[in-house]
Amino acid sequence: MSASVLFDTPGPRTRRRSRIASVIVVLLIAAGLGWIIYTLAQPRDSSGITLPGYFDWSRWDIFVLAELWVRVGEGLLATLQAAAVAAAMALVVGVLFAMLRTSTFAVVRIPATIVLEFFRGMPVLLMMLFILLVASTGAFWAVVLALGVYNGAIIGESLRAGLAALPRGKREAGLSLGLTQFQSKVFIEFPQAFRQMLPVIIAQLVVLLKDTSLGYIVGYNELIRTTMNNLGSSVGNRYLFSLFLVTLVIYLAVNLSLSAVARRLARRRSPGKLLPKDQITPTASISSIAMPNGNPEDRTTE
Amino acid sequence: MNAVIENLPRFIEAFGMTLWLLVLSGACALIIGTVIAAMRISPVPSLSAFASVYTELLRNTPLTLVLFFCAFVLPQLGSRLPYEWAAFIGLTLYTSPFVAEALRSGINGVAVGQAEAARSLGLGFMQSTTLVIFPQAFRMVIPPLINVLIALTKNTSVAGGFFVFELFSAAKELANANGNAVIAILLAVAAFYLVVTIPLGIVSAHLEKKLAVQR
Repeated sequence: MSASVLFDTPGPRTRRRSRIASVIVVLLIAAGLGWIIYTLAQPRDSSGITLPGYFDWSRWDIFVLAELWVRVGEGLLATLQAAAVAAAMALVVGVLFAMLRTSTFAVVRIPATIVLEFFRGMPVLLMMLFILLVASTGAFWAVVLALGVYNGAIIGESLRAGLAALPRGKREAGLSLGLTQFQSKVFIEFPQAFRQMLPVIIAQLVVLLKDTSLGYIVGYNELIRTTMNNLGSSVGNRYLFSLFLVTLVIYLAVNLSLSAVARRLARRRSPGKLLPKDQITPTASISSIAMPNGNPEDRTTE
Repeated sequence: MNAVIENLPRFIEAFGMTLWLLVLSGACALIIGTVIAAMRISPVPSLSAFASVYTELLRNTPLTLVLFFCAFVLPQLGSRLPYEWAAFIGLTLYTSPFVAEALRSGINGVAVGQAEAARSLGLGFMQSTTLVIFPQAFRMVIPPLINVLIALTKNTSVAGGFFVFELFSAAKELANANGNAVIAILLAVAAFYLVVTIPLGIVSAHLEKKLAVQR
């Protein structure tokens, strides 16, 4: 719903007022940011010693060392590695869960539902701890397995919603051609559900990448642990703020570019091979069931 | 099992902290998120630009990094907050853009025809928003908001990694102390989380189904 429907078209006076308000807000925000930067740049007293401000060169001089960037790179690589393995696993687990949950046999369906709800309701961090303590696999696999299973459960649930939203005729057509229930699900329904839910799945994989940072807590040397903990303790506390800013920028760069890819996919989510007429029903019904708000990124809090 | 029953007071204490974090950060995130959503849809361009930068920045930063900032970097900058409050600030900041997005998409989800119909009946801006748009948007927004709260419940566990004694740190502490009952203790902690998340999930699914019929 665009705001223009709600307002009358602004006349010259309203437009001027809105422009003035805009300028005032910009000034206020700039003043706030300026104050923060000014405060950070001031030298401060700490138990008798005067420390330089946060933008002083002595807080940033480590960043000319190539060695430091190699270690930051290693941390980033560890994060990406864990994310890649966990993403592959989450996809497999998700497909499996979706299959089991939509099974025609109640013996399979009901336990699968219970297990799925259990995984969805638990914090990933607790799962990591569980795997770490019970299976004693080491931190990497604790991170990967927990993220794989947890995100698999969420992807499985969205795939199930995608399956449920397909028109019944798809299945009926498959069955009437002589396919078995299983064949119809694997060859007819599943590929379509998967395509429909692709934006949601990719948004979830971005969340997975963000959640590898939980490795910091369970002792996996990913990006945050490498920069803030390992590097932080070897170069000293006065670089903590600089290291934090660098880590933040790296995360933002990686995540924003991934989110941009997800958004582009979401824009062209309609399955290519269907006729335009066929698209209307599944897309509309999916957005009311799985994505009540149409925007796949709304589900990324999970 | 004995280890669980013996340590029940400790569990309850930790559960109390989890609930405290959930309720307080949830409430504050709802308020901040509403303000951000209002800024986002406001006709003043600089306000909406600020709101969208805020949303994008926080949504793409890992919660661990946000909490790290509140727990370790803020004290460097001179804050004297105890870790509980640092965790509260971090969780509130992290959750608020998700609230804002849920609200915004709820308002965007109301069909344009509704607004057009209201306007063509001669309702003014205030009348069409308060009588036609908001009542519908509000209903659309409740299930996603509950989902945000469920995510927040699970996210409070991250605070356990930053010196707050809540369920996750209780799990860690008690599992280390009772090496023979690790599984029982971890399952007990999981049960405490599920006590919050599953009922919320059922309410959300129920509401979503009810709304789907009405539309």
